[in-house]
Amino acid sequence: MTHYEDRVVTAFTYCSVLWALLGMAAGVYVAAELVWPTIDLGLPALSFGRLRTAHTTLVLFGFGVSALIATAFYSVQRTSHVRLFAPGLAWAVFYAWQGAIVLGAVSILSGWNAGKEYAELEWPFDLAITAAWVAFAVVFFGTIARRKIESIYISNWFYGALIIVVAMLHIVNSLALPVTLGKSYSLFAGAQDAVVQWWYGHNAVGFLLTGGFLGMLYYFLPKQAEQPIWSYRLSIVAFWAFVYTYIWAGPHHLHYHAVPEWLQSLGMVMSLILLAPSWATMINGIMTVSGAAKKLKADPALKFIVLALAFYGLATFEGPMLAIKSVNVFSHFTEWTIGHVHSGALGWNALITFGTYYFIVPRMAGAPLYSARLANIHFWLALAGTVLYVLSMWGAGLSQGVLWLSLDELGEVRFSFNDVMAAMQPYYLLRFLAGLAFLAGAVLMAWNLAMTFAGRRTVLVAPPAVAGAQARA
Amino acid sequence: MSWMSLHRRLERNAGLLIFGILLVSAVGGMVQLLPIVAGDSHPQPAEGLAPYSPLELEGRDIYIRESCSTCHTQQIRPLLAEVRRYGPYSRAEEFAYDRPFLWGSKRTGPDLHRVGGRYSDEWHRLHLLDPRSVVPASIMPAYPWFGRNAADGHGSIQARMRALARLGHPYTEQQIAEAPSALQGKTELDAVIAYLQSLGRSMDGKSEP
Repeated sequence: MTHYEDRVVTAFTYCSVLWALLGMAAGVYVAAELVWPTIDLGLPALSFGRLRTAHTTLVLFGFGVSALIATAFYSVQRTSHVRLFAPGLAWAVFYAWQGAIVLGAVSILSGWNAGKEYAELEWPFDLAITAAWVAFAVVFFGTIARRKIESIYISNWFYGALIIVVAMLHIVNSLALPVTLGKSYSLFAGAQDAVVQWWYGHNAVGFLLTGGFLGMLYYFLPKQAEQPIWSYRLSIVAFWAFVYTYIWAGPHHLHYHAVPEWLQSLGMVMSLILLAPSWATMINGIMTVSGAAKKLKADPALKFIVLALAFYGLATFEGPMLAIKSVNVFSHFTEWTIGHVHSGALGWNALITFGTYYFIVPRMAGAPLYSARLANIHFWLALAGTVLYVLSMWGAGLSQGVLWLSLDELGEVRFSFNDVMAAMQPYYLLRFLAGLAFLAGAVLMAWNLAMTFAGRRTVLVAPPAVAGAQARA
Repeated sequence: MSWMSLHRRLERNAGLLIFGILLVSAVGGMVQLLPIVAGDSHPQPAEGLAPYSPLELEGRDIYIRESCSTCHTQQIRPLLAEVRRYGPYSRAEEFAYDRPFLWGSKRTGPDLHRVGGRYSDEWHRLHLLDPRSVVPASIMPAYPWFGRNAADGHGSIQARMRALARLGHPYTEQQIAEAPSALQGKTELDAVIAYLQSLGRSMDGKSEP
């Protein structure tokens, strides 16, 4: 019993790829509904509101969180040189999480909805998710507690912050009074509820989509580039500045809303400050990979991760800009928000996950990647899809922002809402095609990874012996 | 460097690291959330604002079920163009009975905070069942099942009102007792229309922007 417990990593990886395909397919379908609104066929489950909620739930909590748990389990063992603590509990996390995603998606499509964005699952799921999350924490921190290496590696700080902060956010934002199995009312009302929700919503982005995936970056980027992290000190400063600052930025989602002015201004200022730790990490990543230019050309996995880093830099620059009130006045409520989210979600989260899978699946299968050529085609499809997606939503969002606020010389609105809405059609069509390209790339990856693993079992690796200064006393 | 040696202690002790992350990440939330949610800091309900009637509440819960707030905001910003387009800007005290809040984050369709009274019930009926029959360029889904489903198909309206009463919504025992008969013979379509017509009425007859 000395080998790493990687079978549960394989299981999470499989499910995460499956949720990526289903979640992105749902996204492409709702994108198509904005161009051809009758393709919901009059079916409640295909109706835009429900299917879009299923899309965000599947990609965030199905694809994203499964990928984070898979890579956390993979890397925490290797940075601790010890087998996963309580492997049985790790499997319980697997079954509980995947069960919650399956039933949760079905519940949303059949009309259970708590009504809070990115937290739509109703209270029975909130409880199940909390239990699974606590078990995840026990396995993760238990492994760290039994580590053979003196220092806790940086990637684990980020995964640890993900576990702790997301637990805090989820529990507070989900506080509700259950009425029936599928219905509850929030303990907070109106403006209070809005402030709590965007503290949650923004920091789910912060600690799940940013912090969690930075954990992935800090382990897999140096591994693939075969270079140590450029600056250890910078990573310390960036980590604590990130953990401290991110939490304050939520109110920029409520600019010019019926919440106190001081809260909005504070949210804006802290969002601008957030640029510093975000880019400090990006610079650390770029400097780390700069010594591996040759490998970058040949290795599709590394290409994905470096491109992801570039989109991370773009999204974490765009975010603070959109948080400035005088910019936000134009961007708020428009497609620009959707473009911003997807430059992060596709360009950063999905690409770094794809790169990581191209790295770990061949290792866990004990065989080379089935096709490097397919992976390269995937790379270009993903890049084209993401760029086209972001550009189309920038165009749409800027148009909406300017046209909605445009006044004539008598101080009346110049364009009717319906005219502006009709003008969005070309952008919506482009976005649908962009999503389709991105999905096609993901299908190629799924095929490539499945063929790599076909007929094989997860290779069981023994932790190397630790000696010298690194060993834990 | 002393802070480096301090950090060396943090990164060698999982308990300290967990505690540090918890402490550092909690500060922002405490400063921002506590003044908003603590004690009696909730905005008082706007003058004349009543909790949703049983039919309106049913309509609101259907609005939540279908995720209408994915495409429709209920938040008019204090900007000239928004006030001209939609009506008086939104005030915090108008949302005192909104659990959860439904301000939304995206306007694929127009804002609905002051849609109450703007169109006839008949217009809403046609629009919800077949949006393109009244707005040719509309990309809104049709909701044919609203017309087929009886309101409160689960028979939970009284339980829902009791839960809200426990959270401080001033429903009387009589209102709760009479709720099922208020929904008798109504469809989900009637309920959604009643909810939409109730929206944003507390500024009716006032001249402020």
